Amino acid sequence: MITNNLQLNENGKLKHFLSIEGLNKTILTNILDTAESFTSVTNRSIKKVPILRGKTVANLFFEASTRTRATFELAAQRLSADILSLDIKTSSAVKGESLLDTLHNLQAMQVDMFVIRHQDSGSAHFFAQHVAPGVSVLNAGDGQHSHPTQGMLDMFTIRRHKGSFENLCVAIVGDIKHSRVARSQIHALNILNTGQVRVIAPRTLLPEQTEALGVQVYHDLDEGLKDVDVVIMLRLQKERMTGALLPSEQEYFRQYGLTADRVKLAKPDAIVMHPGPANRGIEIESSVMDGKQSVILQQVTYGIAVRMAVMSMIASQPV
Amino acid sequence: MTDLSVNKLIQQLTAELAPLFSSTDQPVIVGIETGGYLIAKALYDNLNPDTELGKLNITFYRDDFTKTGLHPTVKPSNLPSDIDGKTIILVDDVLYSGRTVRAAMNELFDYGRPDKILLAILIDRGGRELPIQADYVGQTIDLAEDEQIKLSGQDSLNLRIQKNKITQ
Repeated sequence: MITNNLQLNENGKLKHFLSIEGLNKTILTNILDTAESFTSVTNRSIKKVPILRGKTVANLFFEASTRTRATFELAAQRLSADILSLDIKTSSAVKGESLLDTLHNLQAMQVDMFVIRHQDSGSAHFFAQHVAPGVSVLNAGDGQHSHPTQGMLDMFTIRRHKGSFENLCVAIVGDIKHSRVARSQIHALNILNTGQVRVIAPRTLLPEQTEALGVQVYHDLDEGLKDVDVVIMLRLQKERMTGALLPSEQEYFRQYGLTADRVKLAKPDAIVMHPGPANRGIEIESSVMDGKQSVILQQVTYGIAVRMAVMSMIASQPV
Repeated sequence: MTDLSVNKLIQQLTAELAPLFSSTDQPVIVGIETGGYLIAKALYDNLNPDTELGKLNITFYRDDFTKTGLHPTVKPSNLPSDIDGKTIILVDDVLYSGRTVRAAMNELFDYGRPDKILLAILIDRGGRELPIQADYVGQTIDLAEDEQIKLSGQDSLNLRIQKNKITQ
C-alpha cells in the first residue's frame, strides 16, 4: 500500500507531488489557480520570475520523454532555478541500492528538488521516502501508476475551455490499462466533481474493476462519445503490450480511432485532447489532431504554467 | 486609532502629478496590488490620461516568498503592452521598508526598459531598509514598529492606524 500522506507536510501543504490520489479539491484548485497566474508570466517578453532563484532542480528520466521533460526544464528555468537533466537509459530496471545511490549522489550536490520519471510504479514514492528533509520529489510518471502533472495540465486545459467541472461529461478513450495518465485524469476529474467521467476501451485494454475508479465504462466508441464535452484520446502503448490484447492496429483504428465523423457525435463545442505522443492513424485521425476542436498543442503550452505552479507551491514551504 | 482623509491626500497627489500629463507623451500610472492599485485607480480617474492604467502584482518577486508562502490566487499583473521608453508613475499606498518597491521595479524591468520611474506614495511611514525614496508623498507619518497602517474600502477609501503585530 502506497501512502499518499507523504505528499503533504504537517500543515497540509504540498511537500512532494507524487499522485493526484490522496489530494483534496482545495489543493487541486490551488494548483490550477496558481498556474493561471503563471500564464501571464509565460506570455510576456521576459518569461522569468525569481521565485526559485538559487534552487537546484534535477530531472531524472529513466524513461523516454519529450514534452514532460522539456516543459519541466522550461518551468524550472522560468522560475530562475538551476536545472540539471539526466537521461538515464537502462536496459534492466534500476532498483534498490543503485537507485538510492543515484539519489544520494545528487543530494550530495545539494539538489533541492527531484523530477523523476521511472518505468516502475511506485518509484517516485520510493524516492520521496528516502530524500533528505527539505528535499522534494515530483513524479513525472511512474510505470502504470501516476503522472500527476499531466493530469493537472489536462484539468487546466479543460477548465480554461469549459469553466467549471460540475456539469461536464468527459470521455477518456483507449488504452486505459497501461495509462498512468488516465489514472491521474480520472482521480483529478472525480476530486473536482466532474459531472460524468466515461472510459471507452476494449475489454482487453481496461484494468480490472475499472468501475471502482468512479467511471462509466463503454466498449463502443460511438455510443460513448454521444454528447460529451471533452474527448481525451490516449496513446496506444505498443511498447507495453504483452500478449494478444489487440487483433491489429488497423482493426483498433476501425473500432476506437477518433475520426472527424466520430467527433460529430460529441457536443458541437467539444474539445479534443491527447497527452502525446500521438500515433496518427492509430488512435486519432490526422485531420482531427490538427482540427479546430483539437487543443492538443495548448495542453503542451499549459504544461509549463502548471509545472511552474507545482514547483513554486512546493518551494514555498515555510521552513 | 486615527482616521486619515484619503480623499484629501489623493486630491493633493492629483494636483502634484497633473503637470506631468500636460505633454503629449503621457506617463503610465502603475499601481501595486492591492492597496496601491486602489490609489492608482483613483489618481487615474482624476487625471484621465490617454495611457492605460497598469496593475502590478509583485508576489513572484518578493524576497520573503520562501518565508510567507505563495498565495494561491495571485492575480496576474497587467501592464500596457509596451513600457519601453515610457515614464512610469509607480503608485503604492504605504512606503515602509522599501522592499515592495524594489520588487516592483524588478518586475517592471522584466516587461521592458522604461525611461524613468517615479514613485508616488499616499503615506510614507519611514523605517526604510533600502535606499528608496518617494518622488510624491501624500503625507509623512512617524509610526512605531508595532503600529500598522491599513487601507480599506473599494468606493470610499479609508486609512487606519492600529496597534498590531507587524506582519510585513
